[in-house]
Amino acid sequence: MGRMIKFLLPFALFVVAVGFLAKGLFLDPHEVPSPLVGKPAPKFQAPILSDTGKVFNSEDMKGQVWLLNVWSSWCGACREEHPILMAMAKTGQIATYGLDYKDTDKEAQAVLDANGNPYKAIATDVDGKIGIDYGVYGVPETYVIDKAGIIRYKQIGPITEENLLTKIVPLLKELQR
Amino acid sequence: MKKLLIIFLLISSSAFAGEAKPLGDDPVIEARLKTLSQDLRCLVCQNTTLADSSAPLAEDLRQEIRKLMREGKSDQEVVDYLVARYGDFVRYRPPVNNETALLWFGPFLLLIIGGFVLYRALKKQAGSDDIKAEDL
Repeated sequence: MGRMIKFLLPFALFVVAVGFLAKGLFLDPHEVPSPLVGKPAPKFQAPILSDTGKVFNSEDMKGQVWLLNVWSSWCGACREEHPILMAMAKTGQIATYGLDYKDTDKEAQAVLDANGNPYKAIATDVDGKIGIDYGVYGVPETYVIDKAGIIRYKQIGPITEENLLTKIVPLLKELQR
Repeated sequence: MKKLLIIFLLISSSAFAGEAKPLGDDPVIEARLKTLSQDLRCLVCQNTTLADSSAPLAEDLRQEIRKLMREGKSDQEVVDYLVARYGDFVRYRPPVNNETALLWFGPFLLLIIGGFVLYRALKKQAGSDDIKAEDL
């Protein structure tokens, strides 16, 4: 019996250690959990893309569940994500707003003209200040914001079909209730 | 040929001198920024400090830190500002809290467990030696 424990105990510890290491192996170190999840979305006002004179005010979003998708014309992964955003827009169920991060209106508009515009409106963040307030450190990033203006989820990197169906859509359904 | 080389060196070094000019002009703030940003992580290239990174976001954040410092914010307030946006991950010296307790105290815990196991093993060995002595 004693001998059995002598063998099993280190073996069990070994299995546990391997378990932790294996989990660590599959974690993406670039996905840094945002401290803003569960907190009010930072307020901002910014010029609307290619709509000179108009201002986007995040306060106007109160009362609806909305997605803030941070993107840019110079970002390759955003182009990968674009068809999914278009498909989401087509359903008419999801209010996606864009934040054009450190970009020029001209180049951003060119991308939208070529590939379509999935956004209800796009706020521009030319110097990246709004991005800093939202803790953006790589585009694309997407925030799900509830009716009270609380950030409920942050997607780092492009939205994939998988996390759209398993995370974002169920969350939206819950929040829209 | 040698002259040409010297001219090249002179030109290139003066060009570098132009690029390396600090963006802020207050030497006190620059010194504070330099010290503080060595303890902060650049989130784009995660193994570099905010002081060393040339990523555009790191440059933006350094500018933001300069601005905060000019407004009279303390180092702690600047760190809090960044942690509120990017989380504790931006700090190279993680704070002691519930989430990091295992990180801070885990090694000591392992040391205690290891010491206990060693003590037991040695004691047992000493005990078995005694038995052998009796047997003889």
